[in-house]
Amino acid sequence: MTVTLFLEQTLNGVQFGLMLFLLAAGLTLVFGIMDMINLAHGSLYMIGAYLMASLAQATGSFWVALPLALLATALVGAALEIAVLRRLYERDHMTQVLATFAIILIANEVVRIIWGSQPILLNAPVGLTGPVELPGGIQYASYRLAIIAIGLLVAALLYVLVAKTRVGMLVRAGASNREMATAMGVDIRRLFTAVFAIGAALCGLAGAMLGPILAVQVGMGENILILAFVVIVIGGIGSIRGAFVGALLVGLVDTMGRALLPLVFATLFPPMVASNLGPSLSSIMIYVLMAAVLFFRPQGLFPARG
Amino acid sequence: MVKTIIGALAAGALATSAQAANELKVGFLSTLSGPGGGIGIEIRDGFNLALKLAGGKLGGLPTEIVFADDQLNPEVGKQLTERLLKRDRVNLMTGVVFSNVMLAVWPTIEQAKVFYVAPNSTPTRISGEGCSPYFFSASWPNEGHHEAAGHFATSKGFKNAYLIAPNYPAGKDALTGFKRGYKNNIVAELYTKVNQLDYSAELAQIRAAKPDTLYAFLPGGMGINFIKQFVASGLSKDIQLVVPGFVSDQDIVRAVGEPMLGMFDTSHWSYDLDNDANRKFVAAFEKEYKRIPSLFAEQGYTTALIIDAAVKGAKGRVEDEKAFRAALMSAPTRVKTPRGDWKAANNGTPIQDYYVRVVAKDKNGRIVNKKIGTVLSKHVDFWAKDCKMK
Repeated sequence: MTVTLFLEQTLNGVQFGLMLFLLAAGLTLVFGIMDMINLAHGSLYMIGAYLMASLAQATGSFWVALPLALLATALVGAALEIAVLRRLYERDHMTQVLATFAIILIANEVVRIIWGSQPILLNAPVGLTGPVELPGGIQYASYRLAIIAIGLLVAALLYVLVAKTRVGMLVRAGASNREMATAMGVDIRRLFTAVFAIGAALCGLAGAMLGPILAVQVGMGENILILAFVVIVIGGIGSIRGAFVGALLVGLVDTMGRALLPLVFATLFPPMVASNLGPSLSSIMIYVLMAAVLFFRPQGLFPARG
Repeated sequence: MVKTIIGALAAGALATSAQAANELKVGFLSTLSGPGGGIGIEIRDGFNLALKLAGGKLGGLPTEIVFADDQLNPEVGKQLTERLLKRDRVNLMTGVVFSNVMLAVWPTIEQAKVFYVAPNSTPTRISGEGCSPYFFSASWPNEGHHEAAGHFATSKGFKNAYLIAPNYPAGKDALTGFKRGYKNNIVAELYTKVNQLDYSAELAQIRAAKPDTLYAFLPGGMGINFIKQFVASGLSKDIQLVVPGFVSDQDIVRAVGEPMLGMFDTSHWSYDLDNDANRKFVAAFEKEYKRIPSLFAEQGYTTALIIDAAVKGAKGRVEDEKAFRAALMSAPTRVKTPRGDWKAANNGTPIQDYYVRVVAKDKNGRIVNKKIGTVLSKHVDFWAKDCKMK
């Protein structure tokens, strides 16, 4: 493997990690602060992608549609929180899992009724459809660079929001000790609705940004949700910083596993064994990573609760 | 889901009457949700259309279809198969999309001595030495399209081919089939995870290997992800993508659109095939579902036609194994299907033609797969020779 290829694969890993971060950031906020396991997070991601696809068709512009899709997904999220999820905070995790799993099924059916069961069209905006040449002669998809840029921007914004603003302080207070925060006079209900809406907007952003390189179809959320959960478990539940580091780790380990393991096995084993072993092992690499992190740091890398 | 539950409850209560020979109960186990769900739904829609056109009766018998969703999970598929066979007591099974599910549920179906008609997956493990009188394919042997694609790539003069497929039984069958047809150099074979989302690592490797053609068997959502990312990476300028029809038909065209124009694929069927049965099928499908059918829809439709002809041929006696088997094997010669004339080989898989199609616009500006030639004519499954049945 040449140096260029190695650099390109590293970039791929970072890019995949930032993709996951968009989704994991919202999930970790909701999970960490509201102590609520929301499996329907993936459904909001799907709804974001579908709204984006429809709005991009209707407005004819990707960039006009993007903020509209975010806003619409945030509204769907807020409505969901007020109508259903609010009633689940006091229940145990099992009830939350059951209820939000039901929401997944309902959301899938609703999307199927509105948009049909076949995957729908969502393409990258004009100008970001082809590759660009990076220093070192790497041809890289310009749209993936846009994902990297937006991922980093979101990470920076969330950092400022959580670490430097009053809302962020309340969020951190809620995450580390909910009872104490309530006792100090924080309006938890409003805070939760706001946090949930932000989480939903992040989902919408993830769906809208990933739609042009992934299939926009019913059930698209479940597949990626598992990875998002792995990310927040590794990073530490409730921690944005943890989600960021966890997402990059998962992205890099997954990509590098797929790129390097087959090469390593090819030198160690005969081709038949190597071609079976390589893909099988590289697909479980992230779970090996998760198990290792949980073994040494059961709370994740950056636990939000002391 | 609700329908299957109601079906299951009804079957539980009326277990004895469901056995009556004057009605047909078909277990339709398929992938109806998740990233592979689009394919199962195409097959189901095609099947339902044929059933509707036949007035809700197959072989003249009132027919009930019990749907079950395997979610592309072999374990779930196995449990649902047990339920369909033991609780719902279906007379016949069909529907499976993916080969890993097919291989998991097959022993259960065969042991129950229930006939299975394949609308899709026909793994080589069931068509070769492991062939069975209870298995009949109304689609294609697993390697057919891929072998055709190998021949096509050779005839196009491609010297260096890169191959990619998911790491599951049909992926292995696909690349084996391609290699049998392809006579030139193979740069590398890459197996990826089933339902993989991101292909950037693979695309970087492909770019570094500099092949002149890339053969990709990535059905359903995987194909959409891959083709979108392949186009975005700019590789489509230097490398000609060749795929089997499963990776380029309407289900994927609708989701990717213009960037797919000019792609080549191989298929046993094309929407513009020139025969009456096909014109009737395409027109009826578009009228019913407001979309152009894909090859998967044709397979579902043809499966229902075959079951219809077989039940008729056996005079409704599905439980008479010898009679039904004979009727099933001769069914393709007694019914006109959209793909044209075909017959069954000794292992129960179709002997049929394979075409090359190109993704292009029709006269109304819709993106379709146009037939441009025939690659393999009356092709017999390679593994039929290992099947001991006559």
